[in-house]
Amino acid sequence: MTQPVPAQAPSSQALSGTAAQRTGAPRLEAGTAPDAQGNWARAGGRWTALAFSSGSDWRALVAMLSANAPRDDLGWDLRDIAQLDHIGAQVLWNHWQHRWPAQLALDASQQAVLDQVAQYSVPVAPVPAPGLLDHVRRFAGQGRHLVETSRRFTQLIGQLVLDLGKLLAAPHRGPWRDLSGALYNTGATAMAITALVGLLIGVVLAYLTSQQLRQYGAETFIVNILGLSLVRELGPVLAAVLIAGRSGSAITAQIGVMRVTEELDAMRVMGIPHGFRLVMPRVLALAIAMPLISIWTSAAALLGGMLAARLALDISPAYFLQALPRAVPISNVVLALSKSAVFGILIALIACYHGMRVLPNTESLGRRTTSSVVISITVVILVDALFAVLFKGVGFR
Amino acid sequence: MTEPVITRGPAADAGEGEGANAVEIHKLWTVFRSPGHEQVVHRDLDLTIRRGEVLSLVGGSGTGKTVLLRQILGLEKPTRGDVSVFGTPPAALSAAGAAKVGMLFQRGALFSAFNVLDNIAFALRELKVLPDSLIRDAAMVRLQMVGLKPEHAWKMPSELSGGMIKRVALARALIMDAPLLLLDEPTAGLDPEGADEFCDLLRGLHRELGLTVVMVTHDLDTLFDLSTRIAVLADQKVIVTGTPDEVIAYRHPFIEQYFQGGRGQRAALALHAPAHAPHGTDPTGR
Repeated sequence: MTQPVPAQAPSSQALSGTAAQRTGAPRLEAGTAPDAQGNWARAGGRWTALAFSSGSDWRALVAMLSANAPRDDLGWDLRDIAQLDHIGAQVLWNHWQHRWPAQLALDASQQAVLDQVAQYSVPVAPVPAPGLLDHVRRFAGQGRHLVETSRRFTQLIGQLVLDLGKLLAAPHRGPWRDLSGALYNTGATAMAITALVGLLIGVVLAYLTSQQLRQYGAETFIVNILGLSLVRELGPVLAAVLIAGRSGSAITAQIGVMRVTEELDAMRVMGIPHGFRLVMPRVLALAIAMPLISIWTSAAALLGGMLAARLALDISPAYFLQALPRAVPISNVVLALSKSAVFGILIALIACYHGMRVLPNTESLGRRTTSSVVISITVVILVDALFAVLFKGVGFR
Repeated sequence: MTEPVITRGPAADAGEGEGANAVEIHKLWTVFRSPGHEQVVHRDLDLTIRRGEVLSLVGGSGTGKTVLLRQILGLEKPTRGDVSVFGTPPAALSAAGAAKVGMLFQRGALFSAFNVLDNIAFALRELKVLPDSLIRDAAMVRLQMVGLKPEHAWKMPSELSGGMIKRVALARALIMDAPLLLLDEPTAGLDPEGADEFCDLLRGLHRELGLTVVMVTHDLDTLFDLSTRIAVLADQKVIVTGTPDEVIAYRHPFIEQYFQGGRGQRAALALHAPAHAPHGTDPTGR
C-alpha cells in the first residue's frame, strides 16, 4: 500500500465553502488554489449512502468523478465533505483504483474511514459461469441423486414397518395422542372442502352425461355411469388430490420447520425416534382418514349427481337410490376403500420424506413443500392407473 | 502510517432531522392482552436517548427490553404514548429504511436464501442506484470489519456458526452507516475474545461515525465497556438513567441484585474502576 504523502494543501479558508455548500448533494469540483501548486479536486456535500440513494445526484456525481480521473498531479481535498461514510469512502477508493492519491487533504475522521476501507478492500474474484462440462456433470449427478433418493425412501418405508412392529408389540406405549391429533387435522377438518368439491363435480358430471344419454334415450343409465365413475374412480382420486394439497403440504411444512428450528435434533437427543413419533402417526392417520374421506367425497358427489339427474332427466332420487346397488357391485366400494388407504399412506410418506429433507433455509422449505404436493398428486394418479389395470376384472357386471 | 491530516474539519453533525435527541419516548404503555388476561409490560415509561450516546437497556427477563426496541423500530405499536425517532414517528422511518436505523436482531435474522455477501449488500442493492461492483466492494469491507474472512462471503447462513451469524448480522446492520444502531443482545453467544473484538469495533464506529447506539445486553463486561449511559427497566418503567457510576449508586433492589452480585462486582472491578471502589459495597452481597 502506498503511503499517502503529507499534502501541501491549500489553506483551508481558501477552499472551504459557505455553510450552504457544506450540506446537500455530493459534489466534486476541479480547481487550482492560489497558494498551492498543482491541480486539486475538491469534494463537498454529503458522501453518504443516503445521499447516493437519489438517482439524479448519483448520476451527477458519476459524471463529476469521470471528469476528474485520478492522475499523478491531481490532489484531492476532502475537507469540504460534510459527512463521509463508508460507502462514500468506497466510492472514492474505487475511483482512485485502490491507491492513495499523491496529495490528499482530509480530516481525522475521514482518514479513519478511508483507512478502514483501504485496509479491507480486496479484489473479489468473480464466480465463474458454469461451462458445458458443469452441465454434463450436473446431469450425470442426477442419476446418483435418484439412486440415493430411492434408497432413502426405501429406508423410510422399512423404518415404518419396524415402527409398526414396535407398536404392535407394545400398543400402550404408542403415540396415540399424536395419532388422534393427526386424524383430526387431516380427516375431520377436511370434510367441508371435500364435500363441496365432490358435490359440484357430481352435478357437473350428471349434467354433461345427461345431454349425451338423452340422445340415445338411455336416461336411466345415468345411475350406472355416475355410480361406477364416482365410487370407483373420481371419489378416491379427487379426495386424494385434495388431501395431498391440503395435508401433504402441511405435513412437509411442519416437519420442515421443525428441522429448521432444530426441534428434530432436540427430539433425537431426548431419545425420541422421528419415525415412531412423527412419521408413523401421520401415515396411520392418513391410512385411516383417507378411505373415510374418499367415501364421504363419493357420497357428496352422488348426492350432487342425484339432484342434477332429478332436474335434468327427471329421474327421481328414489329410483336413483334403488338402482344404485344393482349398477355398482359392492366390490367397487371395497376397491375404492383399499385404493384410498394406499393413497393416504403414499401421501403421508412422501410428505414426511420431503419434510425430513428440508435444509435450514426458507428457499428449501418452499421447494420441498411444492415438490411434496406435486409428487404426491403424480404418484396418486400413477397408482390409480396401476389399480385400474390390475383390477380390470373386478366389480363389473 | 504518516498522518496526512492537516486540519481537523468541523465535527460531522449528524444532520438528519432537528433536535438533539435521537429517540424520545413519552408516557408509553405496553399492554399484552389475551382473553381473560392482561399483562402490563410498560406503564408510563419515559426515555430520552441523546444523539451520539451509547445507551444500554438493562432489566430482568420479561421486562420488555426487546419490545421497547421493536417499538423504536416501528415494528410494534405501543398501546398508548408516543415514540419519536429523529423527531418523526417510527412508522415514517421504514420509508427511509436501512439508511436511518440499523438493527441487529437477537438471533441474527439473516435471509436464509442469500449468501453472506448478498445478506450484507441487501439494503444497498435495494437502493437500485449504485453499481454492483461498488456494492460488492462495500459489502466485502463490512464483512472484514466485523472480523470475518473474505472466503466466508459465499457461505449460506445455515453453514455459519452462532458467532459468525452475529457478525454477519452486525455487518448487515452497519452497511448504510445508519445514524441509529439498535443491538439486541449483541455479544450473547460470542466467545470472550469475540465479545472484546465486538466492543472494540463498536467503539471505533461510534467514534468515527458519531453513531447513536441503543443496546440490550446482559453481558456486564460489554455494558461497562461501551455504555455512556445505562437505563434500567424495572417495575414497568425506567427507574433510572445515568452513567454507570450513577446507576450503580442508585438504591433499588433490582440494581443491587444485578450489579452487586458476584458477576457484577467482578465486571465493575475489572473493567470500570481501577481507580475507585465500587459504590455501595454491600457486605451482605458476598
